[in-house]
Amino acid sequence: MKHLLSIADLSEFEIVGILDTASELEKLTSGSVKKLPTLRGRTVVNLFFEDSTRTRLSFESAAKRLSADVTNFSAKGSSVSKGESLKDTAQTLEAMGADLIVIRHPASGAAKRLAESGWIESSVINAGDGTHEHPTQALLDAFTIRKHFGSTLTTFSGLKIAIVGDILHSRVARSNVLLLRKMGADVTLIAPPTLLPSTIDSWGVRSSYDFDENLEEFDVVMMLRVQLERMNDSFFPNGREYSKGYGLDGDRLKRLKSNAIVMHPGPMNRGLEISAASADSIRSVVIDQVSNGVVVRMAALYQLLGGPNISSTHETLGA
Amino acid sequence: MEILLKNGLLPDGSVADIRIVGEFITEIGQELSSSGELINCAGLRILPGFVDLHTHLREPGRENAETVLTGSRAAIRGGFTAISPMANTSPVADSAGVVEQVWRLGREAGLCDVFPIGAVSEGLEGKKLSEMKAMADSAAKVRIFSDDGKCVSDSLLMRRALEYVKGFGGVIAQHAQDPRLTEGAQMNEGVVSAQLGLAGWPAIAEEAIIARDILLAHSLGSRLHICHLSTKGSVEIIRWAKAQGMQVTAEVTPHHLLLTDETARTYDPIYKVNPPLRTDEDVKALRAALADGTIDIVATDHAPHPAEDKDCEWAAAAFGMVGLETALGIVITTMIETGLMSWTRLIEVLSKNPAKIGGYTAHGLDLKKGSIANIAIVDPEKRWTVDRELLLSKSRNTPFHGFELTGDVIHTIFNGRLVMKNQNLIGAVHE
Repeated sequence: MKHLLSIADLSEFEIVGILDTASELEKLTSGSVKKLPTLRGRTVVNLFFEDSTRTRLSFESAAKRLSADVTNFSAKGSSVSKGESLKDTAQTLEAMGADLIVIRHPASGAAKRLAESGWIESSVINAGDGTHEHPTQALLDAFTIRKHFGSTLTTFSGLKIAIVGDILHSRVARSNVLLLRKMGADVTLIAPPTLLPSTIDSWGVRSSYDFDENLEEFDVVMMLRVQLERMNDSFFPNGREYSKGYGLDGDRLKRLKSNAIVMHPGPMNRGLEISAASADSIRSVVIDQVSNGVVVRMAALYQLLGGPNISSTHETLGA
Repeated sequence: MEILLKNGLLPDGSVADIRIVGEFITEIGQELSSSGELINCAGLRILPGFVDLHTHLREPGRENAETVLTGSRAAIRGGFTAISPMANTSPVADSAGVVEQVWRLGREAGLCDVFPIGAVSEGLEGKKLSEMKAMADSAAKVRIFSDDGKCVSDSLLMRRALEYVKGFGGVIAQHAQDPRLTEGAQMNEGVVSAQLGLAGWPAIAEEAIIARDILLAHSLGSRLHICHLSTKGSVEIIRWAKAQGMQVTAEVTPHHLLLTDETARTYDPIYKVNPPLRTDEDVKALRAALADGTIDIVATDHAPHPAEDKDCEWAAAAFGMVGLETALGIVITTMIETGLMSWTRLIEVLSKNPAKIGGYTAHGLDLKKGSIANIAIVDPEKRWTVDRELLLSKSRNTPFHGFELTGDVIHTIFNGRLVMKNQNLIGAVHE
């Protein structure tokens, strides 16, 4: 694997491979020594054109735990408003020795353009491109689901998963739909009609406008962050109405199955899409998602930068 | 100066020789001889020169993308003997001064007729009518007015414009795009846009404007031309209007006859264009409409951009693609080779109808004694591969690089003068 741009590019086998690698790396780094020497001498650049402290920190931690050097480049706003093109920025960073570029960009497809336009040789990880995909988020979500429902699962067949919120603009939803379908889960997307793509039937999943319908059946309820500015574009009237219809409040939380989990990619709007009670409940695995994010990103970096296969590393490290 | 075209296939199906003296065809017959320029046209089709009602030449203002001269070269390479540059230059062609400047630059280039299109509104801002009568009365004799690139979305302004141009036989060419329904839009709204996370451009944003404008124009008795139809729904509206006897004409671009929104999966903005590439179903509807007369003309929407405007992420890239030099090949490949359309119809859609809509009386003429010799000589069978490096346009933004097309222009004659021979430009060209 040279790049990680989209869940659409991955086979079920590759997805499970990344999750298994993450499991191994988690075991290896769970002791008092959290660092492996695997990527010593390699340079990872975090190229962030959007504010995202948590994703950047997660990639930074992942790279450092594998002993890679990390450079952070934050360019707020688009390449256009900044005056320098994406191409020039990337070529500059590569000239400074980047082996892998982690890119977060407001334009859908930016990671793919960076990887496939012949601009640079480096590997590229998509850390979120516009409203397209956020593949490492979907992988860490899958890792979290696996930890909860069976850490060696190679299929999610039989799991009922709801994704609730602004599907239309969510890269997290797109990546998760692709991944969860490949893994055989039964996925339902729940949103007001304005926030579901009009062609949702072509996604091969269920969709519903009603959060209260069949709420008792879900094993996983994944809440999406709602951008308040969507109100200004009339996607919904106001936060209160959104919250009533599509927020995970205490009443809805109580109706969930006893072993169901509540997920959220963060950062949460408490009181909007998720109540404090839900966010802090024992069903919530939001904090686990954050720690799982680091090991899953370690696995991605590890696979892309051509580390030896994980079992041989295991032996080397164990020796 | 005398030119003799030997043994070419004429539109009426006969094989004959054509003698051109000065600007005119003076004789059509068998086994003519001449001491002038002899062109062997055996196996070639002699067609009236093509007329493009939708070209962007970028001069004045963005001469790094295209000039009137380089655009004229691209035009005659594509067999066009008349082109109509749109008004979205810098400054905007919304005054007699600017349209005369463009017209004069066309005369100086001397390769084809350059008939400027004037802006409907001042600065293309959609607020206030531009001085359309002054442009009509200028040396450029503008008859087509358009805010192309932007839609005249204000109903009242559109009504006034449609009425006003009746005073001098003008026509409004509408770029149909409801601006509110397409804010931030990047590509056709549909299955692909939803997967790619690119903001969708719904078909209804085009169709709603077309429906409104057809009704407006009909109520006013005005002439309306719809630019670059891109959806099946638009076709159905035009078909309905024509069945009611309403006065409307419509165009389609070569790229909308060939490409779909599936191309956006590459995220390569070479496929980013306004209106966006639609679905296979839309392409089929557009082809059928061009064949059956619902759509009147092919127009290129030739939109040159410098490399840096496409060598970037999709959202940052400019809309548009060059098209003058590939238009014929695409029309033959999509419409003639597929058996959808005859050569007679091709002559109508590329030459006669656009000349009629624009009032370009020296173009789209039957090839007969006394006609001004604006002629494209075409090899209908030639298989060739598009190479962007060989384009005569100043810009390279063709989505057809590497495409194999059937049919190409070999010689072009403008006003009785051979301006391209064996695909090489000749004649006085001043830099």
